[in-house]
Amino acid sequence: MRKYTPKDNVQAKSYYTDRFHVTPRVPRNEVQSGSHFADVVNSFKKLAYESYVELGQLVIHIKSSDNIKVLEILRDKCGYTVCSELSAVDYLARDGEFEVFYQMLNMSQAKRVRVVTRIKKDEAIESAASLFKSANFAEREMYDMFGIVANNHPYLKRILMPDDWVGHPLLKTYPLQGDEAASWYEVDKIFGKENRDAIGPENRDPAKIDRYDTKRFSRVGYEVPFGTDITQGEKENDIEYSKAQLADYTKSQKQLDKRK
Amino acid sequence: MAQHQVNYASSAGLPIALTTVDKLVNWGRSNSLWPLTYGLACCAIEMMASGASRFDFDRFGTIFRASPRQADVMILAGTLSKKHAEFTRRLYDQMAEPKWVISMGSCANTGGMFNTYATVQGVDRIVPVDIYLPGCAPRPETLQYALMMLQKKIRRESANMNKNTKQNLRLI
Repeated sequence: MRKYTPKDNVQAKSYYTDRFHVTPRVPRNEVQSGSHFADVVNSFKKLAYESYVELGQLVIHIKSSDNIKVLEILRDKCGYTVCSELSAVDYLARDGEFEVFYQMLNMSQAKRVRVVTRIKKDEAIESAASLFKSANFAEREMYDMFGIVANNHPYLKRILMPDDWVGHPLLKTYPLQGDEAASWYEVDKIFGKENRDAIGPENRDPAKIDRYDTKRFSRVGYEVPFGTDITQGEKENDIEYSKAQLADYTKSQKQLDKRK
Repeated sequence: MAQHQVNYASSAGLPIALTTVDKLVNWGRSNSLWPLTYGLACCAIEMMASGASRFDFDRFGTIFRASPRQADVMILAGTLSKKHAEFTRRLYDQMAEPKWVISMGSCANTGGMFNTYATVQGVDRIVPVDIYLPGCAPRPETLQYALMMLQKKIRRESANMNKNTKQNLRLI
């Protein structure tokens, strides 16, 4: 039987995983009453359904429909005037949802808050570009990389990949080396689809050796003139290793010492 | 006055050099290779160093030109992303014949370490490459050596570019 490969997450996995290893979690502390973060949490009232302090920064979980309200409160009442980062995490394989997060910075208090929300696969989220200028490009990148649409965004268009690109590269379903459309992208664009055969597919194997290619490769001891066609009638020769270089490491443990 | 007059026929020989048209034309071409000022990534830093006074490309008659119309060598220095491939080809097409391409560094040769969806896996998928220059990044001396190899190559080929033009009329 062919080995099963999951389709919802095609990213490279660690080739060695310890079955009994438990990834250590970053400790989540409660928000201490009377602290700056307690005031921040109180100002949301019930908008934040979960809040804790992680590595010295407040994390609040909200409903995705409340994101503008929460960001506005953070900006106007709590002094978090900078949205330093905004993006998403693909948890589609695990939970069927994206996690969208907003990383907020308070310049006067030197404090940071992460606003975290979850949205379903084809759900859109309200754009924060009206509140923060920095959200403009960040949301375009989020759209480019994940396909998450930000409603009421001034100019929602791909920012990194070309406009006619197919697929959203940061999804777990998108292979690192690109899908079919990606592998022919530049050929289709420059020469047209009809010339795919003339160009040939990409070589993704860095160790690829073509034994009949006498332009790029040669075999030591069996050299032929550059570009000779050796596809026919070429003798099969075994690889000859020099005897002087061979050391039998399995013979005894002290082999290496003797060679000194 | 008259004593300075040289009798060419008898003493040092005639002031005439005999050569072929091929050699003469290729001598001109190979000693005034003007590359396009066109850097894609970190290899371009080495290319700039080659052009500057320490390594001094100028002594090969190599002067970077800022227009593809005036350039006859394209040094593809760095990672070529798929988004940019179209424009690289357009710049190549804008260069006048005869023209040559040096693929500089691992990324331009094969895609290098960027075995990803967004990188062209070797610029020879886009433009015909004359010299593949390995290294990551190649040192300026290496680029100079590549240029000297290209000069050698040009001196070897026919000056009648019809042959080469036909070659260029093919897809790549």
